[in-house]
Amino acid sequence: MTESAVKKVTEHSPEEIERVKEWINTEEYKEKNFAREALVVNPAHACQPLGAQMVASGFEGTLPFVHGSQGCASYFRSTFTRHFREPSAATCDAMTEDGAVFGGQNNLFEGLENAYTLYKPKMLAVYTTCMPEVIGDDLTAFIKNAKTAGHVPEELPIPYANTPSFNGTHIHGFDAMLKSILEYLTKDRKVEEKCTGKLNLIPGFDGNIGNLREYQHYLELMDIPYVMMPDISEVFDSGCDGNYKLYPGGTPLEEAAESINGKATIALQKYSTVQTMRLVNSEFSGVHEVMPMPMGIEKTDAFLMKLSELFDKPIPEALKKERARAVDAMTDAQQYLHGKKLAVFGDPDYLLGIVSFLLEMGAHPYHVVCSRATKKFKKEMDALLETSEYGKNCSVYVNKDLWHMRSLLMTDPVDGIIGDTHGKWAARDAGIPLFRIGFPIIDRVNLHRSPVVGYQGVINMISMIANKFLDIKDETCEDQWFEMMR
Amino acid sequence: MAEKKMRQIAIYGKGGIGKSTTTQNTVAGLASLGKKVMIIGCDPKADSTRLILHAKAQETVMDKVRELGTVEDLELEDVLKWGYGDVKCVESGGPEPGVGCAGRGVITAINFLEEEGAYTDDLDFVFYDVLGDVVCGGFAMPIRENKAQEIYIVVSGEMMAMYAANNICKGIVKYAASGSVRLAGLICNSRNTDCEAELIEALAAKLGTQMIHFVPRDNQVQRAELRRMTVIEYSPDHKQANEYRQLAQKINDNTMFVVPTPLEMEELEGLLMEFGIMEVDDEENIGKAEGA
Repeated sequence: MTESAVKKVTEHSPEEIERVKEWINTEEYKEKNFAREALVVNPAHACQPLGAQMVASGFEGTLPFVHGSQGCASYFRSTFTRHFREPSAATCDAMTEDGAVFGGQNNLFEGLENAYTLYKPKMLAVYTTCMPEVIGDDLTAFIKNAKTAGHVPEELPIPYANTPSFNGTHIHGFDAMLKSILEYLTKDRKVEEKCTGKLNLIPGFDGNIGNLREYQHYLELMDIPYVMMPDISEVFDSGCDGNYKLYPGGTPLEEAAESINGKATIALQKYSTVQTMRLVNSEFSGVHEVMPMPMGIEKTDAFLMKLSELFDKPIPEALKKERARAVDAMTDAQQYLHGKKLAVFGDPDYLLGIVSFLLEMGAHPYHVVCSRATKKFKKEMDALLETSEYGKNCSVYVNKDLWHMRSLLMTDPVDGIIGDTHGKWAARDAGIPLFRIGFPIIDRVNLHRSPVVGYQGVINMISMIANKFLDIKDETCEDQWFEMMR
Repeated sequence: MAEKKMRQIAIYGKGGIGKSTTTQNTVAGLASLGKKVMIIGCDPKADSTRLILHAKAQETVMDKVRELGTVEDLELEDVLKWGYGDVKCVESGGPEPGVGCAGRGVITAINFLEEEGAYTDDLDFVFYDVLGDVVCGGFAMPIRENKAQEIYIVVSGEMMAMYAANNICKGIVKYAASGSVRLAGLICNSRNTDCEAELIEALAAKLGTQMIHFVPRDNQVQRAELRRMTVIEYSPDHKQANEYRQLAQKINDNTMFVVPTPLEMEELEGLLMEFGIMEVDDEENIGKAEGA
């Protein structure tokens, strides 16, 4: 093909293209970029229903059900499939033009009936796209009517969440759906004086199955009975044995229903569990804790000590050894991360975890970008940065996108970026590596299986970051500095 | 011979002011002048064509869509009816009150009419009779680019009707900035208030437009409506029929199309005080009950 793959709308001279290419790297351009108000370029977040779908997928025998348009449903499914490299089952009632005018009740009726008849789910978890939210569909009434009219059995659990895409992000959709499912399943299940003796563990929006397995590993080592809600570990990381399973895992519904009588409930993310924890605080028995994601030594310690305290279990020897190995790995590699400047972007809870880890390593979190967050988050991040010498001179940007971050990288350069796949253009333009932590990661394999939480997570993050910097050194140094040992 | 150009006209005004009645009588007047006209009702209540069709209510575009489940299978002949004076009639219709999105219904209906070729070359006029308040983008559909270029606002000497007219002008300014839509005049549908014609003349002047016609109040209109007819058809020789024919002729001859200059609230209230519609009161009495 001789012609350019991209058809240019306006022709420009090569000189002009060169000039603009240079100009967008300047301080002057940065100022204009940061003055931008109406437009978002490459935001680092997805929409609410995507988060809702993650929750829906993580319950036993549950079919995620999108009330809204088909294109939206495809987007959620393909994003999960690209990230986990697994099938992502979900269905949709395919609202079209007439649905937009008359409301989506008929679509919901037919959709629920078909989905139930064809896929025999134990639960249908319904969440919405923009269209029914704009026209104000009343899902309480619609679902009730669907049952009254006999489209689905009266006893079939159908929790729903309002998840307009134009409001909040995937973490808010996650929260809304989880709250709705728990509210539905635990209704009238509270028994005074009864205690399951279990821990209810709420991991929050996390696309890293390795993290979930790490939590499970700790709880098993400490002999603490638990129920994880939602549990996507087997759903999006099931083995290949030649058989396709529509419902490969998830939190058992009965256990989720009993969670209201749990001994303790711990959320390991704060910003993605606000509504859910409000429900837990007002309805659930036992102790309720919201803890930061256990990234880095300090926060992992805090999580394990909390488990030890709540369940009166000692820290097992095996875990003490894991911790010691992680601390050893940190000292071994300290020189390769120490003083390195990093730009970090992603979800609020992930950012707090990553920054905490970097500070422990003596690396400088330098630009912290969150494309949708509150002032409360910024305050919390600023406070965390102030706890360490290495957090000085770090700037926190909330409600800024990855095009803003690109300007920062060009005018105030750093050594690397930590974030999801969306950061690869900025990394390429800045000529620095992207360390893939977050969601989605759709251009590398197995990273969703490699934990970044806990002691193993510390070792994994060090390997990923330090080895890349060493690779770069080997690839770029002059011959006389090309050493056998690093 | 110069190519005949179809004129598209949108009628707005406060709810209950008499838009549908005025539109249909005016259209009947144009038809009696030998003009080819189509009326598109843009209101879920679907009462914009009953006087032309002598029908209780016309089957609407959205009624048929509801029945068929999709707009793709809909045929023009299912929803296009001919009435008095060969006037073509279509009603967009919409959802039941309280569900769905009526604005989207208007958009769907107008898109359908365009795609199916309802706007034929033989038409001289297309009238859009639009729901009282322009509550959302759907009800502004008739004045988007390439649709109505002329807007008439039906108004009376009552305060709220004038407020509404002024608000509609604000909306027109927005659309006029990016398109060719213009205000073509105020139609005063008299409520027999004091100095009504003078007041509306003054309002029109402030808005930069004209009061194109003063339609006096006459019970003949109601008598005709009981038979689901326009006055023009029911009693062509009655003086009220003549009023509507005059209005039709003036619209036909009208060339005064302006971007309106809406009034600030104080200015509008000042105008009302000037004509004694609103009484001057001390600022400190605002919000106080009569006996307080």
